[in-house]
Amino acid sequence: MGKARDTLLRPIFDDNPIALQILGICSALAVTSKMETAVVMSLAVIFVITFSNGAVSLIRQHIPTNIRIIVQMTIIASLVIVVDQGLRAYAFNISKQLSVFVGLIITNCIVMGRAEAFAMKEGVRSSLIDGIGNGLGYSIILLVVAVLRELFGAGKLFGIEVFQLANVGGWYEPNGLMLLPPSAFFIIGGFIWVLRSFKTDQIEMDN
Amino acid sequence: MEAYLSLFVKAVFVENIALAFFLGMCTFLAVSKRIPTAFGLGIAVIVVTGITVPLNNLVYRHLLREEALASIGLGGVDLTFVGLISYIGVIAASVQILEMFLDKYVPSLYNALGIFLPLITVNCAILGGSLFMVERDYGFGESVVFALGSGLGWALAIVALAGIREKMRYSDVPHGLRGLGITFMTVGLMAMAFMAFSGIQL
Repeated sequence: MGKARDTLLRPIFDDNPIALQILGICSALAVTSKMETAVVMSLAVIFVITFSNGAVSLIRQHIPTNIRIIVQMTIIASLVIVVDQGLRAYAFNISKQLSVFVGLIITNCIVMGRAEAFAMKEGVRSSLIDGIGNGLGYSIILLVVAVLRELFGAGKLFGIEVFQLANVGGWYEPNGLMLLPPSAFFIIGGFIWVLRSFKTDQIEMDN
Repeated sequence: MEAYLSLFVKAVFVENIALAFFLGMCTFLAVSKRIPTAFGLGIAVIVVTGITVPLNNLVYRHLLREEALASIGLGGVDLTFVGLISYIGVIAASVQILEMFLDKYVPSLYNALGIFLPLITVNCAILGGSLFMVERDYGFGESVVFALGSGLGWALAIVALAGIREKMRYSDVPHGLRGLGITFMTVGLMAMAFMAFSGIQL
Protein backbone atom coordinates (compact mmCIF):
# COMPACT_ATOMS: atom_id res chain seq x y z
CA MET A 1 0.00 0.00 0.00
CA GLY A 2 2.92 2.27 0.79
CA LYS A 3 4.10 2.08 -2.79
CA ALA A 4 0.71 3.04 -4.20
CA ARG A 5 0.55 6.02 -1.86
CA ASP A 6 4.03 7.04 -2.89
CA THR A 7 3.12 6.76 -6.59
CA LEU A 8 0.11 8.97 -5.99
CA LEU A 9 1.72 11.65 -3.84
CA ARG A 10 5.21 11.95 -5.29
CA PRO A 11 4.19 13.82 -8.45
CA ILE A 12 2.22 16.38 -6.45
CA PHE A 13 5.08 17.98 -4.53
CA ASP A 14 8.38 16.16 -4.86
CA ASP A 15 8.36 15.62 -8.57
CA ASN A 16 5.77 18.04 -9.83
CA PRO A 17 5.34 17.76 -13.61
CA ILE A 18 5.08 21.51 -14.17
CA ALA A 19 7.44 22.98 -11.60
CA LEU A 20 10.22 20.46 -11.91
CA GLN A 21 9.92 18.51 -15.12
CA ILE A 22 8.86 21.53 -17.26
CA LEU A 23 6.10 19.49 -18.86
CA GLY A 24 2.66 20.57 -19.99
CA ILE A 25 3.16 24.26 -19.51
CA CYS A 26 1.43 25.36 -22.70
CA SER A 27 -2.07 24.75 -21.46
CA ALA A 28 -1.24 25.53 -17.85
CA LEU A 29 -0.88 29.19 -18.65
CA ALA A 30 -3.60 29.90 -21.12
CA VAL A 31 -6.63 28.57 -19.25
CA THR A 32 -5.88 30.01 -15.82
CA SER A 33 -7.43 33.47 -16.03
CA LYS A 34 -10.65 32.06 -14.54
CA MET A 35 -11.38 29.33 -11.99
CA GLU A 36 -14.13 27.79 -14.08
CA THR A 37 -11.95 27.00 -17.08
CA ALA A 38 -9.06 25.92 -14.87
CA VAL A 39 -11.22 23.39 -13.02
CA VAL A 40 -12.68 21.96 -16.23
CA MET A 41 -9.25 21.77 -17.80
CA SER A 42 -7.84 20.00 -14.72
CA LEU A 43 -10.60 17.41 -14.79
CA ALA A 44 -10.09 16.86 -18.51
CA VAL A 45 -6.36 16.34 -18.06
CA ILE A 46 -6.81 14.00 -15.08
CA PHE A 47 -9.29 11.95 -17.13
CA VAL A 48 -7.07 11.73 -20.19
CA ILE A 49 -3.83 11.00 -18.35
CA THR A 50 -5.39 8.33 -16.10
CA PHE A 51 -7.03 6.39 -18.88
CA SER A 52 -4.20 6.78 -21.37
CA ASN A 53 -1.81 5.47 -18.73
CA GLY A 54 -4.16 2.58 -18.04
CA ALA A 55 -4.70 1.74 -21.70
CA VAL A 56 -1.03 1.94 -22.62
CA SER A 57 -0.09 -0.21 -19.66
CA LEU A 58 -2.77 -2.75 -20.56
CA ILE A 59 -1.35 -3.36 -24.03
CA ARG A 60 2.29 -2.60 -23.25
CA GLN A 61 3.45 -6.14 -24.05
CA HIS A 62 1.83 -6.02 -27.48
CA ILE A 63 3.14 -2.65 -28.69
CA PRO A 64 6.11 -3.01 -31.07
CA THR A 65 8.80 -0.65 -29.77
CA ASN A 66 9.46 1.18 -33.02
CA ILE A 67 5.87 2.34 -33.51
CA ARG A 68 5.04 2.89 -29.84
CA ILE A 69 4.85 6.69 -30.14
CA ILE A 70 2.16 6.44 -32.81
CA VAL A 71 0.20 3.90 -30.77
CA GLN A 72 0.35 6.12 -27.67
CA MET A 73 -0.59 9.15 -29.73
CA THR A 74 -3.63 7.37 -31.15
CA ILE A 75 -4.83 6.32 -27.70
CA ILE A 76 -4.36 9.83 -26.31
CA ALA A 77 -6.00 11.49 -29.30
CA SER A 78 -9.04 9.20 -29.02
CA LEU A 79 -9.45 10.03 -25.32
CA VAL A 80 -9.13 13.74 -26.04
CA ILE A 81 -11.82 13.45 -28.71
CA VAL A 82 -14.11 11.84 -26.12
CA VAL A 83 -13.47 14.72 -23.69
CA ASP A 84 -13.90 17.33 -26.40
CA GLN A 85 -17.19 15.90 -27.62
CA GLY A 86 -18.42 15.52 -24.03
CA LEU A 87 -17.66 19.16 -23.26
CA ARG A 88 -19.35 20.32 -26.44
CA ALA A 89 -22.46 18.35 -25.53
CA TYR A 90 -22.78 19.24 -21.84
CA ALA A 91 -20.78 22.44 -21.27
CA PHE A 92 -20.78 24.28 -24.57
CA ASN A 93 -19.88 27.68 -23.10
CA ILE A 94 -16.83 26.40 -21.31
CA SER A 95 -15.82 24.43 -24.36
CA LYS A 96 -15.92 27.67 -26.36
CA GLN A 97 -13.78 29.47 -23.78
CA LEU A 98 -11.20 26.70 -23.71
CA SER A 99 -11.20 26.85 -27.53
CA VAL A 100 -8.18 25.00 -28.91
CA PHE A 101 -6.69 24.09 -25.56
CA VAL A 102 -8.76 20.95 -25.09
CA GLY A 103 -7.38 19.66 -28.39
CA LEU A 104 -3.92 20.59 -27.25
CA ILE A 105 -4.07 18.05 -24.42
CA ILE A 106 -2.90 15.65 -27.16
CA THR A 107 0.45 17.36 -27.31
CA ASN A 108 0.56 17.98 -23.57
CA CYS A 109 3.91 16.47 -22.76
CA ILE A 110 2.76 15.24 -19.34
CA VAL A 111 0.41 12.73 -20.92
CA MET A 112 2.94 11.49 -23.48
CA GLY A 113 5.73 11.61 -20.93
CA ARG A 114 3.92 9.45 -18.38
CA ALA A 115 2.81 6.96 -21.01
CA GLU A 116 6.38 6.64 -22.20
CA ALA A 117 8.20 6.77 -18.88
CA PHE A 118 5.81 4.93 -16.59
CA ALA A 119 2.94 3.09 -18.27
CA MET A 120 5.22 1.24 -20.71
CA LYS A 121 6.98 -0.43 -17.79
CA GLU A 122 4.53 -0.82 -14.92
CA GLY A 123 1.31 -2.73 -14.26
CA VAL A 124 -2.17 -1.40 -14.94
CA ARG A 125 -3.05 -0.57 -11.35
CA SER A 126 0.03 1.47 -10.51
CA SER A 127 -0.17 3.15 -13.94
CA LEU A 128 -3.70 4.32 -13.19
CA ILE A 129 -2.54 5.67 -9.81
CA ASP A 130 0.46 7.34 -11.40
CA GLY A 131 -1.89 8.95 -13.91
CA ILE A 132 -4.11 10.36 -11.17
CA GLY A 133 -1.08 11.58 -9.22
CA ASN A 134 0.43 13.42 -12.15
CA GLY A 135 -2.96 14.79 -13.12
CA LEU A 136 -3.34 16.15 -9.60
CA GLY A 137 0.18 17.60 -9.59
CA TYR A 138 -0.73 19.45 -12.77
CA SER A 139 -4.11 20.53 -11.41
CA ILE A 140 -2.71 21.91 -8.19
CA ILE A 141 -0.53 24.41 -10.01
CA LEU A 142 -3.33 25.24 -12.42
CA LEU A 143 -5.75 25.93 -9.55
CA VAL A 144 -3.30 27.97 -7.48
CA VAL A 145 -2.51 30.15 -10.48
CA ALA A 146 -6.19 30.49 -11.36
CA VAL A 147 -7.20 31.46 -7.81
CA LEU A 148 -4.54 34.17 -7.70
CA ARG A 149 -5.36 35.48 -11.15
CA GLU A 150 -9.12 35.60 -10.80
CA LEU A 151 -9.12 36.89 -7.22
CA PHE A 152 -6.67 39.72 -7.77
CA GLY A 153 -7.51 40.38 -11.40
CA ALA A 154 -11.29 40.53 -11.15
CA GLY A 155 -12.05 40.28 -7.42
CA LYS A 156 -14.06 37.12 -8.03
CA LEU A 157 -13.88 33.38 -7.57
CA PHE A 158 -15.93 31.15 -9.88
CA GLY A 159 -17.58 34.37 -11.09
CA ILE A 160 -18.84 35.18 -7.57
CA GLU A 161 -17.72 38.49 -6.14
CA VAL A 162 -15.27 38.21 -3.25
CA PHE A 163 -13.72 41.66 -3.16
CA GLN A 164 -16.11 44.47 -3.94
CA LEU A 165 -14.66 46.41 -6.85
CA ALA A 166 -13.93 50.12 -6.68
CA ASN A 167 -15.99 50.96 -9.77
CA VAL A 168 -19.17 49.70 -8.11
CA GLY A 169 -18.53 51.51 -4.83
CA GLY A 170 -16.31 48.93 -3.11
CA TRP A 171 -12.73 49.19 -1.96
CA TYR A 172 -10.79 46.91 -4.27
CA GLU A 173 -9.05 48.30 -7.31
CA PRO A 174 -8.56 45.27 -9.62
CA ASN A 175 -5.10 44.61 -10.97
CA GLY A 176 -5.72 44.26 -14.69
CA LEU A 177 -2.29 42.76 -15.31
CA MET A 178 -3.42 39.60 -13.53
CA LEU A 179 -5.91 38.84 -16.28
CA LEU A 180 -3.29 39.25 -18.99
CA PRO A 181 -0.98 36.45 -20.18
CA PRO A 182 2.33 37.66 -18.61
CA SER A 183 1.05 37.39 -15.05
CA ALA A 184 0.79 33.62 -15.38
CA PHE A 185 4.54 33.46 -15.99
CA PHE A 186 5.31 35.58 -12.94
CA ILE A 187 3.04 33.50 -10.72
CA ILE A 188 4.50 30.18 -11.86
CA GLY A 189 8.02 31.60 -11.56
CA GLY A 190 7.20 32.67 -7.99
CA PHE A 191 5.63 29.30 -7.25
CA ILE A 192 8.81 27.55 -8.34
CA TRP A 193 10.84 29.91 -6.17
CA VAL A 194 8.73 29.13 -3.10
CA LEU A 195 8.79 25.39 -3.81
CA ARG A 196 12.56 25.38 -4.20
CA SER A 197 13.15 27.42 -1.08
CA PHE A 198 11.63 24.55 0.87
CA LYS A 199 13.04 21.75 -1.25
CA THR A 200 16.59 22.94 -1.72
CA ASP A 201 17.65 19.78 -3.56
CA GLN A 202 15.63 20.95 -6.58
CA ILE A 203 17.80 24.02 -7.15
CA GLU A 204 19.65 24.02 -10.48
CA MET A 205 23.16 25.15 -9.71
CA ASP A 206 24.87 24.63 -13.03
CA ASN A 207 23.66 27.70 -14.88
CA MET B 1 -2.77 41.37 -50.81
CA GLU B 2 -3.15 43.84 -47.99
CA ALA B 3 -5.32 41.40 -46.06
CA TYR B 4 -2.56 38.79 -46.29
CA LEU B 5 0.08 41.26 -45.16
CA SER B 6 -1.97 42.27 -42.16
CA LEU B 7 -2.65 38.62 -41.30
CA PHE B 8 1.09 37.94 -41.49
CA VAL B 9 2.08 40.83 -39.23
CA LYS B 10 -0.69 39.88 -36.82
CA ALA B 11 0.51 36.27 -36.67
CA VAL B 12 4.15 37.28 -36.11
CA PHE B 13 3.78 40.07 -33.56
CA VAL B 14 0.30 40.80 -32.25
CA GLU B 15 -0.81 37.22 -31.73
CA ASN B 16 2.62 35.73 -31.25
CA ILE B 17 1.97 32.05 -30.80
CA ALA B 18 4.58 31.60 -28.06
CA LEU B 19 4.10 34.76 -26.03
CA ALA B 20 0.39 35.47 -26.40
CA PHE B 21 -1.00 31.94 -26.59
CA PHE B 22 1.75 30.05 -24.72
CA LEU B 23 2.03 27.35 -27.36
CA GLY B 24 5.13 25.22 -27.66
CA MET B 25 6.21 26.30 -24.18
CA CYS B 26 7.83 23.02 -23.16
CA THR B 27 10.41 23.15 -25.92
CA PHE B 28 10.47 26.94 -25.69
CA LEU B 29 11.80 26.80 -22.13
CA ALA B 30 13.85 23.63 -22.43
CA VAL B 31 15.77 24.34 -25.64
CA SER B 32 16.53 28.04 -25.23
CA LYS B 33 19.86 27.85 -23.41
CA ARG B 34 21.99 28.66 -26.45
CA ILE B 35 21.34 30.76 -29.56
CA PRO B 36 22.48 28.28 -32.28
CA THR B 37 20.25 25.44 -31.06
CA ALA B 38 17.34 27.83 -30.58
CA PHE B 39 17.88 29.08 -34.12
CA GLY B 40 17.92 25.55 -35.56
CA LEU B 41 14.74 24.66 -33.74
CA GLY B 42 13.12 27.90 -34.89
CA ILE B 43 13.86 27.09 -38.53
CA ALA B 44 12.49 23.57 -38.08
CA VAL B 45 9.26 24.95 -36.61
CA ILE B 46 8.82 27.43 -39.48
CA VAL B 47 9.27 24.65 -42.05
CA VAL B 48 6.98 22.17 -40.31
CA THR B 49 4.15 24.63 -39.62
CA GLY B 50 4.53 25.96 -43.17
CA ILE B 51 3.86 22.47 -44.48
CA THR B 52 1.37 21.00 -42.02
CA VAL B 53 -1.07 23.87 -41.50
CA PRO B 54 -1.92 24.20 -45.23
CA LEU B 55 -2.08 20.38 -45.48
CA ASN B 56 -4.48 20.22 -42.57
CA ASN B 57 -6.42 23.03 -44.16
CA LEU B 58 -6.93 20.86 -47.25
CA VAL B 59 -7.86 17.86 -45.10
CA TYR B 60 -10.37 19.93 -43.17
CA ARG B 61 -11.95 21.66 -46.13
CA HIS B 62 -12.17 18.68 -48.48
CA LEU B 63 -12.64 15.70 -46.20
CA LEU B 64 -13.83 16.56 -42.72
CA ARG B 65 -16.08 19.58 -42.98
CA GLU B 66 -19.83 19.12 -42.97
CA GLU B 67 -21.05 18.43 -46.53
CA ALA B 68 -17.43 18.21 -47.75
CA LEU B 69 -18.05 14.70 -49.06
CA ALA B 70 -21.39 15.58 -50.73
CA SER B 71 -19.82 15.44 -54.20
CA ILE B 72 -19.18 11.72 -53.88
CA GLY B 73 -22.67 10.97 -52.65
CA LEU B 74 -22.05 11.21 -48.93
CA GLY B 75 -24.11 14.32 -48.20
CA GLY B 76 -24.97 14.92 -44.57
CA VAL B 77 -21.76 13.29 -43.33
CA ASP B 78 -19.95 15.42 -40.77
CA LEU B 79 -16.53 14.13 -39.86
CA THR B 80 -15.29 17.09 -37.82
CA PHE B 81 -15.16 14.94 -34.68
CA VAL B 82 -12.21 12.94 -36.00
CA GLY B 83 -10.42 16.24 -36.65
CA LEU B 84 -7.97 16.06 -33.77
CA ILE B 85 -6.74 12.60 -34.62
CA SER B 86 -6.43 13.43 -38.34
CA TYR B 87 -4.44 16.61 -37.71
CA ILE B 88 -1.97 14.93 -35.39
CA GLY B 89 -1.68 12.08 -37.89
CA VAL B 90 -0.92 14.51 -40.71
CA ILE B 91 1.68 16.25 -38.54
CA ALA B 92 3.38 13.02 -37.46
CA ALA B 93 3.45 11.75 -41.06
CA SER B 94 4.79 15.03 -42.48
CA VAL B 95 7.54 15.18 -39.91
CA GLN B 96 8.53 11.61 -40.71
CA ILE B 97 8.55 12.23 -44.47
CA LEU B 98 10.43 15.50 -44.06
CA GLU B 99 13.01 13.71 -41.96
CA MET B 100 13.57 11.01 -44.60
CA PHE B 101 13.66 13.60 -47.39
CA LEU B 102 16.22 15.78 -45.62
CA ASP B 103 18.33 12.78 -44.67
CA LYS B 104 18.59 11.77 -48.33
CA TYR B 105 18.79 15.06 -50.19
CA VAL B 106 19.94 17.78 -47.76
CA PRO B 107 22.10 15.96 -45.21
CA SER B 108 23.72 19.18 -43.95
CA LEU B 109 20.37 20.60 -42.83
CA TYR B 110 19.36 17.20 -41.48
CA ASN B 111 22.44 17.12 -39.28
CA ALA B 112 21.89 20.69 -38.15
CA LEU B 113 18.32 19.99 -37.05
CA GLY B 114 19.26 16.65 -35.53
CA ILE B 115 17.09 15.61 -32.63
CA PHE B 116 14.69 18.54 -32.95
CA LEU B 117 12.90 17.28 -36.00
CA PRO B 118 11.18 14.24 -34.44
CA LEU B 119 10.50 16.25 -31.27
CA ILE B 120 8.48 18.73 -33.26
CA THR B 121 5.59 16.28 -33.59
CA VAL B 122 4.70 16.88 -29.98
CA ASN B 123 5.29 20.63 -30.11
CA CYS B 124 1.96 22.27 -29.36
CA ALA B 125 2.79 25.27 -31.54
CA ILE B 126 2.33 23.05 -34.60
CA LEU B 127 -0.94 21.41 -33.58
CA GLY B 128 -2.09 24.74 -32.14
CA GLY B 129 -1.50 26.40 -35.52
CA SER B 130 -3.72 23.81 -37.21
CA LEU B 131 -6.44 24.13 -34.57
CA PHE B 132 -6.47 27.94 -34.79
CA MET B 133 -6.69 27.64 -38.57
CA VAL B 134 -9.79 25.45 -38.22
CA GLU B 135 -11.36 27.57 -35.50
CA ARG B 136 -10.93 30.80 -37.47
CA ASP B 137 -12.01 29.12 -40.69
CA TYR B 138 -9.10 30.31 -42.85
CA GLY B 139 -9.07 29.71 -46.61
CA PHE B 140 -6.10 27.95 -48.23
CA GLY B 141 -4.18 31.16 -49.06
CA GLU B 142 -4.76 32.56 -45.59
CA SER B 143 -3.64 29.30 -44.00
CA VAL B 144 -0.29 29.44 -45.82
CA VAL B 145 0.31 33.03 -44.70
CA PHE B 146 -0.84 32.33 -41.15
CA ALA B 147 1.37 29.22 -40.93
CA LEU B 148 4.51 31.05 -42.03
CA GLY B 149 3.71 34.00 -39.79
CA SER B 150 3.10 31.98 -36.67
CA GLY B 151 6.17 29.83 -37.30
CA LEU B 152 8.30 32.93 -37.74
CA GLY B 153 6.83 34.50 -34.62
CA TRP B 154 7.70 31.41 -32.59
CA ALA B 155 11.23 31.30 -34.00
CA LEU B 156 11.72 34.99 -33.23
CA ALA B 157 10.58 34.51 -29.65
CA ILE B 158 12.82 31.52 -28.95
CA VAL B 159 15.92 33.16 -30.45
CA ALA B 160 15.27 36.30 -28.40
CA LEU B 161 14.84 34.26 -25.22
CA ALA B 162 18.04 32.33 -25.92
CA GLY B 163 19.89 35.61 -26.36
CA ILE B 164 18.64 36.89 -23.03
CA ARG B 165 19.49 33.63 -21.27
CA GLU B 166 23.04 33.67 -22.65
CA LYS B 167 23.54 37.14 -21.17
CA MET B 168 21.93 36.08 -17.92
CA ARG B 169 24.80 33.72 -17.22
CA TYR B 170 26.67 36.75 -15.87
CA SER B 171 23.95 37.76 -13.44
CA ASP B 172 23.64 36.76 -9.82
CA VAL B 173 20.22 35.14 -9.63
CA PRO B 174 18.75 34.10 -6.24
CA HIS B 175 19.34 30.38 -5.69
CA GLY B 176 15.73 29.24 -5.70
CA LEU B 177 15.06 31.07 -8.94
CA ARG B 178 18.02 29.68 -10.90
CA GLY B 179 17.23 27.88 -14.11
CA LEU B 180 13.53 27.44 -14.59
CA GLY B 181 12.22 30.13 -12.24
CA ILE B 182 14.09 33.06 -13.71
CA THR B 183 13.31 31.82 -17.21
CA PHE B 184 9.61 32.06 -16.42
CA MET B 185 10.07 35.63 -15.18
CA THR B 186 12.04 36.54 -18.30
CA VAL B 187 9.37 35.11 -20.57
CA GLY B 188 6.74 37.05 -18.63
CA LEU B 189 8.62 40.29 -19.23
CA MET B 190 9.03 39.41 -22.91
CA ALA B 191 5.30 38.72 -23.16
CA MET B 192 4.62 42.15 -21.67
CA ALA B 193 6.90 43.73 -24.25
CA PHE B 194 5.10 41.90 -27.03
CA MET B 195 1.77 43.16 -25.70
CA ALA B 196 2.83 46.59 -26.84
CA PHE B 197 2.12 45.38 -30.36
CA SER B 198 -1.48 44.65 -29.53
CA GLY B 199 -2.65 48.18 -30.33
CA ILE B 200 -1.51 47.92 -33.93
CA GLN B 201 -4.33 48.20 -36.44
CA LEU B 202 -3.48 47.34 -40.02
